[in-house]
Amino acid sequence: MNNTNQNGTNYGKIIYDGLWVNNPAFVQLLGLCPLLAVSNTVINGLGLGLATTLTLVASNMMVSMIRHWVRPEIRIPVFVLIIASTVTIIELSMNAWFHELYNILGIFIPLIVTNCAIIARAEAFASKNTVPSSFIDGLFMGLGFTAVLVTLGAMREVIGFGTLFQQAHLMFGEAARGFSITLFEDYRGYLLAILPPGAFLGLGFLIAGKNIIDKKRQAHEKHIIEKSPKATEVLS
Amino acid sequence: MSIIHSSPYIQNNENVSRMMLAVILALIPGTLVYIHFFGFGVLINIIIAVITAIVCEVTVLKIRQRPVKPFIYDGTAVLTAILLALALPTLTPWWLAALGAGFAIIIAKHLYGGMGYNPFNPAMVGYAMLLIAFPKEMTAWIPAETHGLNFFDTLNYSFFETLPAGMSYDALTMATPLDSIKTQLSLGYTVDEIKNANASLFGNIAGYGWEWINIMFLIGGIILILIKVINWHIPVSMLGALAFMAMIFNFSDAGSYPPISFHLFSGAAMLGAFFIATDPVTAAASNKGRLIYGAGIGILIYIIRTWGGYPDAIAFSVLLMNMAVPMIDYYSKPPVFGATHES
Repeated sequence: MNNTNQNGTNYGKIIYDGLWVNNPAFVQLLGLCPLLAVSNTVINGLGLGLATTLTLVASNMMVSMIRHWVRPEIRIPVFVLIIASTVTIIELSMNAWFHELYNILGIFIPLIVTNCAIIARAEAFASKNTVPSSFIDGLFMGLGFTAVLVTLGAMREVIGFGTLFQQAHLMFGEAARGFSITLFEDYRGYLLAILPPGAFLGLGFLIAGKNIIDKKRQAHEKHIIEKSPKATEVLS
Repeated sequence: MSIIHSSPYIQNNENVSRMMLAVILALIPGTLVYIHFFGFGVLINIIIAVITAIVCEVTVLKIRQRPVKPFIYDGTAVLTAILLALALPTLTPWWLAALGAGFAIIIAKHLYGGMGYNPFNPAMVGYAMLLIAFPKEMTAWIPAETHGLNFFDTLNYSFFETLPAGMSYDALTMATPLDSIKTQLSLGYTVDEIKNANASLFGNIAGYGWEWINIMFLIGGIILILIKVINWHIPVSMLGALAFMAMIFNFSDAGSYPPISFHLFSGAAMLGAFFIATDPVTAAASNKGRLIYGAGIGILIYIIRTWGGYPDAIAFSVLLMNMAVPMIDYYSKPPVFGATHES
């Protein structure tokens, strides 16, 4: 975020930060409670992920808009108020339009308000940056969170139920009933993946996988840099 | 064997393997009686679990680029697999033992750093995982001795899940003494009524078949203590705490709390006390710590057996106390030689 400024905002970096380098679920390990609790199927994960993204975008933009008028002493209560009202709006809208999904996600929709990823972005980014860059940050932090939720949900659903996209109609309407894919016929199910231990184990494996990829890429970059001395000057 | 430092510590591999061999040999009498009462499923489970554990151990060691030979010959993987297999019901599909052993070795042992570094007893992690994931398969036991299944019937069930004509899985399997006493107590019967109504299930002390298995494991365990492979602290404090709890509640209300002998000789009490809780890697390190650790397991077993959701509780109690081991070790550190009380 060092090279972000009024004139030449580095949107590419913000996007890459949100999706990978600073991913709220993988790297900052924020918002683990909803992440672990509702990632038992793809659709649940997607539902909660999108609701969180929407909250992040809205709260980030509002916090950024008022950033010059809020005294630093009271900024946290103001952020909390903004986030709480955003979540209330989203909760009521989900209750109206995605009622069944709302019932399944239950307490975790109002609990988005306590997701520390949101207040962390308000404090660390939105209160110091312009509205457009806060919008991009909120959007991609949210999408990064959603991506982890969906991946973990897919892992747990495949291992736990042997299906993918079950109950897709909760999000995409009746037409989506056929989306559900049964990967293994006659699968007994693996209860552990659905239960909380499966969430912890699954997230552990995903983070390990990300670290392996990062290490390989680092080694690769180092290799390139060592090979061509000129590249070092360019990169530094 | 008086090691006063906490794990991990470097040991001479030859000692570890000799220790493991002694433990495995001490398991033999109990295992034979187990096979006599509950059929060859025990043996099939042991073989499947041991093969899976060795394959997983070799694969993970190769991936982790560790030397394979010393870690295979130390026998810890084999012992983990045997303990897990002894805890499983005897009429089970083959993948149950394989999955449990694989989980125990890969996740509970090697993901935490391998031999000497695992905070949780691998065999019990494997067992707890299976119990949570497959409650139906993990709680169905065949009756002792009267099940009428020979080796090939059991093998057939293990691999193809087919039983001989005229037998059905649901009719053949039944609750263990611990399980049935728990359910019937909750229905309002007294201990004596339950025992009289199911005399063939309950045997003389603590369940037909089960009492003999426990006695044989007790003998094996005492031999291990005598040849100084394990310490007496953990088994004695664990069984003592279990007996103490059983005594208090049995004295207060004999109708709704089974006697001491029932608790000591049913389920996996003896196997747990002498072979599972004494795992040197995951238990407390000092003698005082071991006494606390064992007593904690005994009390937890009684609590879970009596008021918890599961009929037996060795696995959960051991795992819970494994979690407490760092704290126990911290507060039971033996004083450094020469240190005075004040300083």
